[in-house]
Amino acid sequence: MSKTTSIRFKDTQIELAHGAGGKASRRLIEGLIAPILGNPALNDAALLSLDTSSLAFTTDSFVVRPLRFPGGSIGELAVNGTVNDLAVSGARPLALLSSLILEAGLAVETLQAELEAMQAAAQRAGVAVLGGDTKVVEHGRADGLYISTSGIGQVDSRVALSAKAVRPGDQILLSGPIGDHGITVLLARGELDLEADLKSDTRSVWPLVEALIEAAAPGLRWMRDPTRGGVATALNELARETRLALRLDEEAIPVREAVRGACEILGLDPLHIANEGQFIAIVSSEFAETALEAVQRSPGGQEAVLVGEVLEKPGGVVYTTNGYGSSRVVDMLVGDPLPRIC
Amino acid sequence: MKYVDEFRDPQLIEKAAAEIRRLAHPERRYRIMEVCGGHTHAIYRFGLQDLLPENLELIHGPGCPVCVLPMGRVDDGLKLAQNPQVTLTAFGDMMRVPGQMGSPLELKAKGADIRMVYSPLDALKLAEKNPDRQVVFFAIGFETTTPSTALTVLRAQKMGIENFTVFSNHVNIIPAMRAILDSPEIGLDGFIGPGHVSTVIGAAPYEAIAREYGRPVVVSGFEPLDLLQSLVMLLRQLNQGRAEVEIQYERAVWEGNRAAQAVMAQVFELRPTFEWRGLGFIADSALKLRPAFAAWDAEVRFGVAGVRDTEPGAAQCGEVLRGLLKPPQCQLFGKACTPEHPLGALMVSSEGACAAYYNYHRGPVAAED
Repeated sequence: MSKTTSIRFKDTQIELAHGAGGKASRRLIEGLIAPILGNPALNDAALLSLDTSSLAFTTDSFVVRPLRFPGGSIGELAVNGTVNDLAVSGARPLALLSSLILEAGLAVETLQAELEAMQAAAQRAGVAVLGGDTKVVEHGRADGLYISTSGIGQVDSRVALSAKAVRPGDQILLSGPIGDHGITVLLARGELDLEADLKSDTRSVWPLVEALIEAAAPGLRWMRDPTRGGVATALNELARETRLALRLDEEAIPVREAVRGACEILGLDPLHIANEGQFIAIVSSEFAETALEAVQRSPGGQEAVLVGEVLEKPGGVVYTTNGYGSSRVVDMLVGDPLPRIC
Repeated sequence: MKYVDEFRDPQLIEKAAAEIRRLAHPERRYRIMEVCGGHTHAIYRFGLQDLLPENLELIHGPGCPVCVLPMGRVDDGLKLAQNPQVTLTAFGDMMRVPGQMGSPLELKAKGADIRMVYSPLDALKLAEKNPDRQVVFFAIGFETTTPSTALTVLRAQKMGIENFTVFSNHVNIIPAMRAILDSPEIGLDGFIGPGHVSTVIGAAPYEAIAREYGRPVVVSGFEPLDLLQSLVMLLRQLNQGRAEVEIQYERAVWEGNRAAQAVMAQVFELRPTFEWRGLGFIADSALKLRPAFAAWDAEVRFGVAGVRDTEPGAAQCGEVLRGLLKPPQCQLFGKACTPEHPLGALMVSSEGACAAYYNYHRGPVAAED
């Protein structure tokens, strides 16, 4: 990170004064945040030139604990999460704004690591962090660091994604194995005395979505990134909106051994577990194979699969079928059996 | 996942299901109770009822710890949490069980210090780290979880941790099975015996049930093939007029876990009587800490209100718990009572018959429109 050479911030922990808007705030922004996030003058509003008729605009907040976990950290999530919300809207991510809420007492080293993680993720995703805001709350009033990011993206004119476009016969494409993120974070908290060789799947899905659009834009109906609540929740929302049935082939759903094992032990359903680097796409049956091949050919998309289909009945229901001819309803997650994970 | 996949093999499952259909005489009805909530959950999760003949009925038993806990005990626990010195700890399952004054989760949102733990040892650690707090563990469960509570009490004693106590609601499975058999209206032909409980108590305690009541018991594992094999074994016994105890779950259940039985006996003793939701008061069915461990008994340290509640309004949890009603036959099922807004504990726990039915089944999928 070449930017880190210009860091002039010498304090070792965050104090309330860093959020008070005075000199300390200025030192934090000019000495640490701006040098890392790469924008010399972070202003109250960012100006951005766009040449498009259609924009996507989204926001997301991140309160994960622990801040760092195998495969990622809150800073990386904060960028990828918002980038992915844009990507599944069919929009090329362009720029982000970020708000930081810091707890007094936070080690500056920790903050710096997260700013660097944000910058690296933004670079990989091809977006700029154009500006933001920083607040400090009293010690004990937050959990170290919360990040909120808003993102803007340019909608690809070849796609018109909408639940209304979904038709019986359409296929359900899943970009890769599910549950890695949720289970990784759960285990990283160290409360369960379980260990597994597993890391979060956090990444920008835009390169995969872009390949999908290039290959199958006319057949692309709807997309979603199955974060909190997992695939089950994302698909239930679609089923309710369309009043159509979504059938998943239980054995086709890709789940890593470690995730399956942890879910068995903890009594969880992988379909309810959060993902931070996957997406679901509904594709017309004529484009389904083309779409699958396009995603599989992209780096990181090899494990994509077609996991099910859209049916007319029973309306509003998501269910799985299995190899021995029985079925079960897959409902949304009720309550919150898992601690905060994104 | 080795050791699970082979018990979910579609071909073997189909073969076992075909054998059940062959064995079930069309002219008679078979009413089999799966005692354990883990079995109830597995039956719905794997859609096993779709594979069974129409005249083989599975009745969901009382083996779901939070389901059989009477509402009064929930309120007793919540009253403890209202003591400003107390940190109440409970398993995740307990957090959403409604009492008269709301659920533990609702009370927590209002500021009570209630925390979810994954094991009683976590609660003990919390007590060790917070010597100025009174940490109470809301203990629930059958013989499967009782040994870990007992071990935790022994550890607290050894470490000299005085700010840790247990609110014991541990219960035993055999008296509940007897209470069900003593209710003639339930009319059972046999039991799928609980697998996990039996890894602790062994299969011998069921012998008296088989002998005295003339009902076969097959102790089963939790995978689809386990449950179907157990049904095959039960149907064979019933067709041949036998009433024996058999073990399908041979890979886990032998004579029981002697060490676990010993720590239970060391720490706990029988209560003269204890209330079960749906089953009423059952003699010698629950455990309290022995006087030698009174220092770690929340009921001794804080006194317990002994709240007696009636079930909420029109809820028919009791009838469902005794197998007299199927979950959807309760007039509140899926309407006033859902997993999101549970009125009864059976809708809360993933092992509760109502929650399992609601989450996974809700009628044959094709019929729901």
